[in-house]
Amino acid sequence: MSKKLIHLVLVVAILACALFITGCGKPKKEINVYNWGDYIDESVLKNFEKKFHIKVNYDTFTTNEDMYVKLKVGGGHYDVAIPSDYMIKRMIDEGMLDKLDFHNIPNYKYIGTNYRNLGYDPKNEYSIPYMWGTVGILYNKKMVNGKPDSWRILWDKKYAKQILMLDSQRDSVGIALKMLGYSLNSKNPAELEAAKKALIEQKPLVLAYVVDEVKDKMIAGEAALALVWSGDAFYCIRENKDLDYVIPKEGSNYWFDAMVIPKVSPHKKEAEMFINYMCQTDVAYKNADYIGYASPHTEAVKRLPAGITHNRSAYPLPQDLTKSEIFVNLGTTIKLMDKIWTEIKSE
Amino acid sequence: MKKNWAAYPYIFWIVIFTVVPLILLFYFGLTIKDSKGVVITLANFKRFGEPVYIKVLIRSLILAAESTFLCLLLGYPAAMILADRKLNFKSTMILLMVLPMWMNFLVRTYAWLTLLEKKGIINMLLGYIGLPPLNLLYNDFAVIMGMVYNFLPFMVLPIYSVLSKMDHRLIEAAEDLGANPLYTFRKVIFPLSLPGVTSGITMVFMPSVTTFVISRLLGGGQYTLIGNLIEEQFLTTGDWNFGSAISIIMMLIILVSMGFASQYETHQEGGGLW
Repeated sequence: MSKKLIHLVLVVAILACALFITGCGKPKKEINVYNWGDYIDESVLKNFEKKFHIKVNYDTFTTNEDMYVKLKVGGGHYDVAIPSDYMIKRMIDEGMLDKLDFHNIPNYKYIGTNYRNLGYDPKNEYSIPYMWGTVGILYNKKMVNGKPDSWRILWDKKYAKQILMLDSQRDSVGIALKMLGYSLNSKNPAELEAAKKALIEQKPLVLAYVVDEVKDKMIAGEAALALVWSGDAFYCIRENKDLDYVIPKEGSNYWFDAMVIPKVSPHKKEAEMFINYMCQTDVAYKNADYIGYASPHTEAVKRLPAGITHNRSAYPLPQDLTKSEIFVNLGTTIKLMDKIWTEIKSE
Repeated sequence: MKKNWAAYPYIFWIVIFTVVPLILLFYFGLTIKDSKGVVITLANFKRFGEPVYIKVLIRSLILAAESTFLCLLLGYPAAMILADRKLNFKSTMILLMVLPMWMNFLVRTYAWLTLLEKKGIINMLLGYIGLPPLNLLYNDFAVIMGMVYNFLPFMVLPIYSVLSKMDHRLIEAAEDLGANPLYTFRKVIFPLSLPGVTSGITMVFMPSVTTFVISRLLGGGQYTLIGNLIEEQFLTTGDWNFGSAISIIMMLIILVSMGFASQYETHQEGGGLW
């Protein structure tokens, strides 16, 4: 082989590597959306692409913490993300979010006034609610006697190895705190220690710690009880009529997932177009209908079947939530929370 | 001199994908971020000495050792059968052994979920013959089974390659001199196959001790192994410093076990996979 040819091959190889690393930087309109797994009717994304000629790169995450780390240290360049309340507060506090320009998001008018200016974003500058819901117990009527009304049932030895917990630290630790009569947002080390003890005590009864798998497992009747987010519960109930959902009497967590634009976003304008599109009535309806969580969109709610919107487990009224709380950002207590969760899972 | 040119792309590759990540790993592992900025410290390593992490380490080592032992127990006879000269369809058999590896290992692990579930296929079959369902999923059994299933070929292939290259005249000599088959195996075949065995052991032990997917899926999130711990530091907790420190400790453990294994491989020509 001639020397020239070898050189040529090498040059091409190195260039190829370099291209591979930098990516082909073609200027093309696109946005990167970062959402929870299984949390959108995906046809909505296709329609957006068709309508606005903007390509949507859609990625999903499993927990708020995963999303936060990816954005904070993982170099994720997302234009729209959909975290929950306490995580939004944390991101605002750490200067990770851009303020929204509401002139570009006229469909904000559809968002019910109850869902504006909430604690995590008091002046409603950074976020637009996407869905809201509660945390509760999904149970199989054929496997559980009577209607459970307390978190204690998740500690009942009768249901050993038939209980699914959420592999999400705030939720699992939160309900342990609630069961013990403390606040979900407790920063008191003694209370957190008690919650840890309770969860370690519960561990032998737990079949598995899961997040998205919970739906398949409960529909198939693999477990009797599961700690779930309300939307997942209603998705499961639709598939298996033996299932029912309850918010225990000790109170629970109610939460909001909202659309935000991270500071790192290179396509702010397109991101606002996307958020506005997501607040269009037909789109909001499609998503709410598909994923089963409660929608903050007043017009979309009107289109949903009354059977759903009048179901107080799916759309709880304010009086149903008096004992329930919204998560707040724990600040430096997060480290302790991380440690507690590692200890529970390593036990 | 001309030859050296051909090595450049590989050097480039190694620098980008091995050397640079290693430097980053040590950088993160040996530093910590506090209010004053980045400080060089051994605190991350010290933290690993806490009982909760040591427990995870020990559990990982035990589970990996158990699954390696099972792989050896199952893999050695399989390799012997494959290496048998009288075996028909030998290449077909080897192909069948390797065939599952053509599919993504994540998919195969998911498949085990449906097999082992309470209402899964195995329990359904048990039900047909009138036996009560078993709790197969989310326990030690499921995790070890997943490891053995996924890593068995890594045990069989190196042993097979040593056995099939073995000088058959040595075995014939042993037989001519009156050794019975068991004695021949103990004194001739097994000692000669040791290089394959050690490389098989390392090939199985390393992925078993570092796995996080198998323990997550088949252990139901209850089995925090060292791999899960590292994953958690990077994805959920965001403590890259501690995660890097654990990775370095893991690398040291693997290095030591490899060094231990290589002692047996000094004067052999075949079998080693590196």
